[in-house]
Amino acid sequence: MSSEVSVNQESDVKIQKKTKFWLNKQKRGDYFWAYLMIAPTLLGTIIFNIWPLLQSFYLSFTEWGAFGSYSWKGIVNYERLFNEPDLLIALKNTFVFTILSVPLGISLSIIVAVLLNQKIKGVTFYRTLYFLPVVTMPAAVAIVWKWLYNADYGLINYVLSLFSIQGPRWLTDPNLALYSIVLVAVWGAIGYNMVIILSGLQGISTTYYEAADIDGAGMFVKFFKITLPLLSPTLFFVTVMSLINTFQVFELIFMMIGPNSLVIENTQTVVYLFYEEAFINNDKGYAAAIAMALFLIILCVTILQFKLQKKWVHYE
Amino acid sequence: MKRLMTLLVLLLLVLSACSGGSQSSNQTDDGGSDGSGGSGDKVTLTYAIWDKNQAPAMEDIANKFMEAHPNVQIKVEVTPWDQYWTKLETAATGKSLPDLFWLNSANIEKYAKGGVLLPITDQIEADGVDMSKYPEALNSIYTIEGENYAIPKDYDTIGLWYNKELFDAAGLSYPDDTWTWDTLLDAAKKLTDPANDVYGFAAALAGQTGIYNTMAQAGGFIINDGQAGHDQPEGLRGLKFWTDMIHTHKVSPTQAQMTDTPPNTLFESGKVAMMFAGSWMQIEFNQNEYTTDKVDVTVLPQDKQRGVVIHGLGNVIAQNTKHPDVAWEFLKFLGSEEANVIQAETGTVIPAYEGTQQTWIDSNPKFNLQVFIDMTEYAIPNPASIETRAWQQIETDILTKAWAGELDIEEAAKQAAEGIEGILAKEK
Repeated sequence: MSSEVSVNQESDVKIQKKTKFWLNKQKRGDYFWAYLMIAPTLLGTIIFNIWPLLQSFYLSFTEWGAFGSYSWKGIVNYERLFNEPDLLIALKNTFVFTILSVPLGISLSIIVAVLLNQKIKGVTFYRTLYFLPVVTMPAAVAIVWKWLYNADYGLINYVLSLFSIQGPRWLTDPNLALYSIVLVAVWGAIGYNMVIILSGLQGISTTYYEAADIDGAGMFVKFFKITLPLLSPTLFFVTVMSLINTFQVFELIFMMIGPNSLVIENTQTVVYLFYEEAFINNDKGYAAAIAMALFLIILCVTILQFKLQKKWVHYE
Repeated sequence: MKRLMTLLVLLLLVLSACSGGSQSSNQTDDGGSDGSGGSGDKVTLTYAIWDKNQAPAMEDIANKFMEAHPNVQIKVEVTPWDQYWTKLETAATGKSLPDLFWLNSANIEKYAKGGVLLPITDQIEADGVDMSKYPEALNSIYTIEGENYAIPKDYDTIGLWYNKELFDAAGLSYPDDTWTWDTLLDAAKKLTDPANDVYGFAAALAGQTGIYNTMAQAGGFIINDGQAGHDQPEGLRGLKFWTDMIHTHKVSPTQAQMTDTPPNTLFESGKVAMMFAGSWMQIEFNQNEYTTDKVDVTVLPQDKQRGVVIHGLGNVIAQNTKHPDVAWEFLKFLGSEEANVIQAETGTVIPAYEGTQQTWIDSNPKFNLQVFIDMTEYAIPNPASIETRAWQQIETDILTKAWAGELDIEEAAKQAAEGIEGILAKEK
C-alpha cells in the first residue's frame, strides 16, 4: 500500500513542477476538478493509512498503562527489539513461510491458470472451484484444515492409515507445524493468483503461438519462450502482492495454532507477535515498534523488487 | 470561476442542512426531557453484560426493578465476550462507561486502580447490606485496598468429573470426598487402556481448571505480594502432579494430543475417564448425547489440604455514571435474594446469594451439583493482578514446554516464576 502512495505522490510532484510556469485559467480549473475527484480516495488514504502510520510511529516511542494512558519513553522499545529473541524467531518464521509459500504458490497458480486457459469442458466450474478458497472466510478455512490435520482423528491421517502409514502430528510437531500452515496458505492463494494470471494469459495475442507453430516449436518451448516472458508484468504484480500478504500472515497462525499451543514459538510470525504484544500483553508501544520494523522490511523488499523488475519483466 | 461558485454554494447548502439538522435534533431532545420533567425525572441506566444466554434473566431482573421504580428505564446491553473488554477499555478511556456492568476477577484490579469504578463501601454500610451473604472468597476478589467495588453476582468452582461407564467397566468405585492424589493416580492407572486410546485422566495445562487448584492443595500459593509460588516447593509439587501424569505414569494423553483434540472433546467421547472441569460445564455435559447419562461430578481430590479455585462475576458501577444513587439502588437489587433466584432458575450460573444455590442445584438433578457449593468452604480466589492476561500468557508459554516434555518441570517453574514476577514488578 505504502509504496503505491509514495509513487503517486512522486508523480504528482513532477507534474506540478512541469506545469507551474504555463498554467492558464483553464488548466487551473482542470486541476481543481481533478483534485476534487481524487479527494475522497486521497482523504481515505490520509485518514486510514497515513495518519495511523504516523500515529504508530509516535506510539512506538511510548510505554502504555491502563485505559489508554501512555508516556514518552524514547527508544526503549527499539532497544528491546534488538535485545529480545522473540522478534528474531518471528522474523525467521516469517521468512521461511514467505520463501516457501510465495514461489510454490505462484508456480502452482501458473500451472493451474495455463491448464484452465484451454478449451476444456466445464472450465468455468473448475475456475470457480479453484477460486472458492478466496471467497471463503479465513476462519472457516482454518477450522476445516485444523480438523483435517488432527493427528488422532483427522481425515488426512485416517487416509494414510489405510496404507499402513503412521501420519505425523501435523499441527503439534514443532518441526512440522510451520510447513503444514504453508500448505494451507499455498492452497488458499492459488485461486486469487490464478484469476490474475488467467487475465494476463488472455492478453497474449494468439499470433505469437501461430508463428511459433509454423516454426515448429513444441509445447514447452512455447511456454518458456512466449508465455512466461509475456506474462512477466502480471507475474511481477502477483509476486509483489503475494510477498506483502505473506509477510503479514496472521489469521492462519492465530486460528490453527493459537496462543496456548506448544508449537506457537515455532510458528509465530511478526504480525502474530504484534498481536500478542498489543492485545494480550497490552504493551502497545512495543507492538508499534514491531509494526514499524515490519513496515520497513516490507518497504525495502518492495523497493528491491521494483529495482529488480528491469532484469526480468518484459513490457510489450 | 462560475463552477467554483456553484460548488461553494452547494457546499454551504449541505453544511447548513447538516447544522440545521443537529440543531433541530437538539431542540427535540430538550423538549423531550422537559416533557418528562413534569412527570418526575426519567432516569435511563445502561447495564452491560456479555452472555446472551443470561440476557433474558437480566431483563427479567431489570423489569422487576422498573416495576418498583417507574421513573427508571434500564437498558440491558449485550456485547459478545470477544469485543466486551476492548469496548469497555475504550469506553473507560473516554469516560463513557455504561452505568453498571459485569466485571471479572482478571480485570477488577485494573479497573479499580484505574479509578474508573465507583467505590461502594460507604453505601454498603449506610444501607446495611449484609456482605456475609456472599462467599468470602468472592468478596475478597472485589475488595481492592480496603474498598468494596462490587456486589458478587454469581460464582463457579471446579469439580472432578468422571465417566461412570468406564469406572464400572474397570470394576472401580466412583470417586468421592475421601479421595487423595494417590487414590486418583491409582484409579487413573487402572482406567488407562492404551490399546483403545483410553486414558485415566486428562492432565492438560490450564490455570483456573488446573494448576491453581493443585498448587493450593499442595499448600502453596499462586501469586502473593509480587511473588509467584510456582518455584516454591509446594507450588512445584502442585505443578508436578500434572506433568507426572503425562510423562512418568503415562495415564494422560500427551499435551500434543490434547492440543489437537481438547480434553472436553476427549471426555465427551469416552476417551478420558476423569478430568477437572468447571461448574459451568454442567450445561454442556447435560446437552451432550454421550455424557448426559454417563458422567457425574464430585469434589476435587486433596493433598496436604483441600483446595479449589472459586471465580465469580461482580456487578459494578462506573465512576462516570450521572446517576450514582439510582445506579446503587439497582446494584443493590441485582445483589438481592429475589434477583439471585431469577438467575438461578436458568441453570447457567451459580447465584452468589446464600441460600439461593438450591434453585441452581434443582435445575439439573442428573449431576451431583451440590459439590460445587460445598467446596466454597475452602475455596481460594482465582488469582489476578492488574495485567493478569500478560503474566498468564508467560505462565502458559513456559509451562507448555514442560507439559510437552521439552523442559524439566523444575526449570520451567523457575522461569515461569521469574517471568510472572517481572510483570508483577512492572505493575507497581
